[in-house]
Amino acid sequence: MQQIFNFIVRFKTGLTFLLLMFVALFLTVEAHSYHTSKWVSSTNFISASIFEFKSGITDYIGLYSENEKLTLENTRLRNKLLNLEENAIFDQDSLILKDSTFISFPVKLISNSYLKTDNYLLLNKGEKDGMYENMGIISSQGIVGIVEETTANYARVISILNSNISINAKLKKSNHFGSLTWNAKQPNFVELVDVPRSAVIKVGDSVVTGGNSLIFPENLPIGEISDFQLNENQGYYDISIKLFNDMTSLKNLYAIQFNRREEASFLLENKQADE
Amino acid sequence: MSNYGLHILRFVILLLLQVLILNNIKLYGFVNPYIYPLFIILLPLNLNQIQALFLAFTMGLSLDFFENTGGIHAASCLVIAYIRPLVLRFSFGINYDYQTLKFYNEGFKQRFNYLAIMIFAHHLVMFSLEAFSFQHAMLVLKNTLYSGLFSLFLMLLIIQLIRKEK
Repeated sequence: MQQIFNFIVRFKTGLTFLLLMFVALFLTVEAHSYHTSKWVSSTNFISASIFEFKSGITDYIGLYSENEKLTLENTRLRNKLLNLEENAIFDQDSLILKDSTFISFPVKLISNSYLKTDNYLLLNKGEKDGMYENMGIISSQGIVGIVEETTANYARVISILNSNISINAKLKKSNHFGSLTWNAKQPNFVELVDVPRSAVIKVGDSVVTGGNSLIFPENLPIGEISDFQLNENQGYYDISIKLFNDMTSLKNLYAIQFNRREEASFLLENKQADE
Repeated sequence: MSNYGLHILRFVILLLLQVLILNNIKLYGFVNPYIYPLFIILLPLNLNQIQALFLAFTMGLSLDFFENTGGIHAASCLVIAYIRPLVLRFSFGINYDYQTLKFYNEGFKQRFNYLAIMIFAHHLVMFSLEAFSFQHAMLVLKNTLYSGLFSLFLMLLIIQLIRKEK
């Protein structure tokens, strides 16, 4: 017993180091796996309010270009609407508006990151405003990420620039499916993998979200093909995609709410319970 | 000890400086300076090693909370806090052993050695844990070198600025 105490006293520095290092490495490993409950997150009150305070000051700097972006988007949507209204008029209580599967509402980015291998964003809306886990986040030009954690006032988004994420996507022309991943090299390029060799691919083709998820609606823009090669061993294409979004300058985003998620997740859970 | 206030103030200022300003620099798209290790570098030289480890852990973890990085900053801070006595002895030699070391009185060369070793050790551990795979080994080395040089430059400037007049 005495010897154990002596040992502990003699190596107390080393033991403290090992103990704290163990905690730090545990948190690191946890942060590198998708969908585990995270202890360390910027959604906590202190860091989120500091980021919000900073965002309140720096927002003014980008106001001009943000306005420009929003005006462009308004124009695009207005043009669509003009053509639509020629054919149909929607009343406030029309079934199309009331019973839509997906609706979106605006959110604001208060902290962005795009240099690491695993990037996260912080939004200024939380559970109070109807945010929930696994909500899709898009900008006016394309998809941005998926909500991973929410607190009362803030939400943390796992960015598409994160090595843990994999999103169902397809080629717009031929409807061939693949999964979207990131290789951590450049913040404006992502990879589309697992597209079968039977697909016809050209540089410049558009890639959009596939309908195989409850997160994003089908046919949201992602990017265009900038380069591709066939993996001869596996018979799948490795496609490099240039994002329509500039992930380095995001501000005004939209959260997509899936109105039938309870029904859908009920079915999914039943299926898992059966297996 | 009246120095407590100074160190707490230094902790808060370095943390906010790092999170609110330096993390937005991103020179050439990937060079990002980290100056918060200065807190550990400038801890009192006669500080108990266990206290130093806990302080370093707290500093690193605070940054992790802002950056959503799990424990990578905590781990890299722990490493440099642990090797600090060795690096001090290596850089300042006999002065450190006799406890007569005054950080600001030492020559530029010794201070430079001390800072450089601490910074590159910190950056190497941090970027390796961040990449978390051997696949990105070149990326880790590249980031360590460029960000390390930038951090070193900034820290030397800051140390000159806050240097106490004799």
